[in-house]
Amino acid sequence: MDPYTPAIHFRSVSYESGGKQILKNITGSYPAGKITTLVGPSGAGKTTVLKMCNGLLSPTSGEITVDGRPIREIEPTTLRRHVGIALQDAPVIKGTVWDNLALPARLQKKELSRKDAEGWLEDVGLGKEYLNAKATELSGGQRQKVSIARTLVNQSEILLLDEITSALDRTSRREIEELIVRINRKYGTTILWITHNLEQAISIGDYAWVLMDGELIETGESSLLVHPADPRVAQFVKGGSE
Amino acid sequence: MTPLSLALTLIFVIIPLLLSKTLRLGLEKDTLIATVRSIIQLFAVGYILKFVFESDSWIYILLMVALMIFAAVQNARKKGKSIPGITWKITVTIIAVEVLTQGILLGFSIVPPEAQYIIPISGMIVGNSMVLSILFLNRFTAEMEAHRDRVELILSLGGTPKQAIHAQLTDAIKASMIPTIESQKTMGLVQLPGMMSGQIIAGADPVQAVQFQLLILFLLLTTAAVSSILLGFLSYPSLFNERMQLLREQTID
Repeated sequence: MDPYTPAIHFRSVSYESGGKQILKNITGSYPAGKITTLVGPSGAGKTTVLKMCNGLLSPTSGEITVDGRPIREIEPTTLRRHVGIALQDAPVIKGTVWDNLALPARLQKKELSRKDAEGWLEDVGLGKEYLNAKATELSGGQRQKVSIARTLVNQSEILLLDEITSALDRTSRREIEELIVRINRKYGTTILWITHNLEQAISIGDYAWVLMDGELIETGESSLLVHPADPRVAQFVKGGSE
Repeated sequence: MTPLSLALTLIFVIIPLLLSKTLRLGLEKDTLIATVRSIIQLFAVGYILKFVFESDSWIYILLMVALMIFAAVQNARKKGKSIPGITWKITVTIIAVEVLTQGILLGFSIVPPEAQYIIPISGMIVGNSMVLSILFLNRFTAEMEAHRDRVELILSLGGTPKQAIHAQLTDAIKASMIPTIESQKTMGLVQLPGMMSGQIIAGADPVQAVQFQLLILFLLLTTAAVSSILLGFLSYPSLFNERMQLLREQTID
């Protein structure tokens, strides 16, 4: 029995692209208000899972529900504001940090106030002096923070993070980890986080999904990564910690 | 021009042939093919035009224009293979530009409704619309390749396909129109336009030739703007599906 209320639920979800089976019959949930990490080797289909939650991709078969509602019945722009995503390379649009933060509001033909923008920046640990900085000239860590702040502007209840710390140094990684936990605690945001760092998955995540070759091998409390039941996961964990 | 003087113009073909052979550029075969093709194609067009002008029939005029549009579409569609339905999109674009411009020209009696005017002007409109379509498609597919991540970013933040692709679309439209605008700035200073030169050689009054050339230049501004913008707005929706997802394979050329 699942002790949590699912924010997102996958039921027999498969995905095929270019004749290749990327996801195979996945059934599982992401608990509301928790941090779930997605771990697994590259090519396991982790990013595909994330993009499906945000509606950037649709399953070939099966069904995904968000807060109990089938995703295909939710208007795409509404879904994407409700389920925000921070993409792996933290793409930014040309212009300043302000231009980037104002983007989600502009897409809805609304105005973001300077004060709100400063508030979102403060949430991710950047001072207001960054508002006028050129987005493309920021460091990797700063760009990721701007990318997360930009997602926060939509006040999404679910936040998807795609390997956002993989290209960062130790200090920046630590800062982002703290930031994610802070967002989760402060706003009760449900977080799905792809990471290849098992240590991070165990220390930050409440819950974990282990994907391998398009299959959901194991799911449960993060402690499953410490003592995996499945031999394939055990092998993967052993390889990851070496 | 006498047949002898026409034959003598072949000297201008022999010069590059000799140069190519001497310097081993390997361009002899292509030069010969180009020469033979241009002779056959232009004479064929010349005789067809003579027939159409003499027959003075609207059916032949329309047939001639349709043929030009068909040939232009065949040429331009290769550049947009990655965009679904590009053939009919280019066809609609070129027909729309032709109808709009000829409508204005004939509607306001700017030129007389005669084959002698309609066919050459249509040739210039269709030809330019084709070039603009190719320039637009080249740039648009390149922009989409280079900035997929930005398009996806805007979609992921809750933007519509139109918002997501706006920057790439306007960049491609602008880029395709720039050559037309730039070449007009130096017109008459750097080069005399082909049509005007032809008229002057054929004995027309230079000022009269200039007036016609201006008409064509202004016409080409409209052709450029309408071709790029119309093709752009017809093309972009097919890069997305009804769930506002960017279709993967289709931007790969």
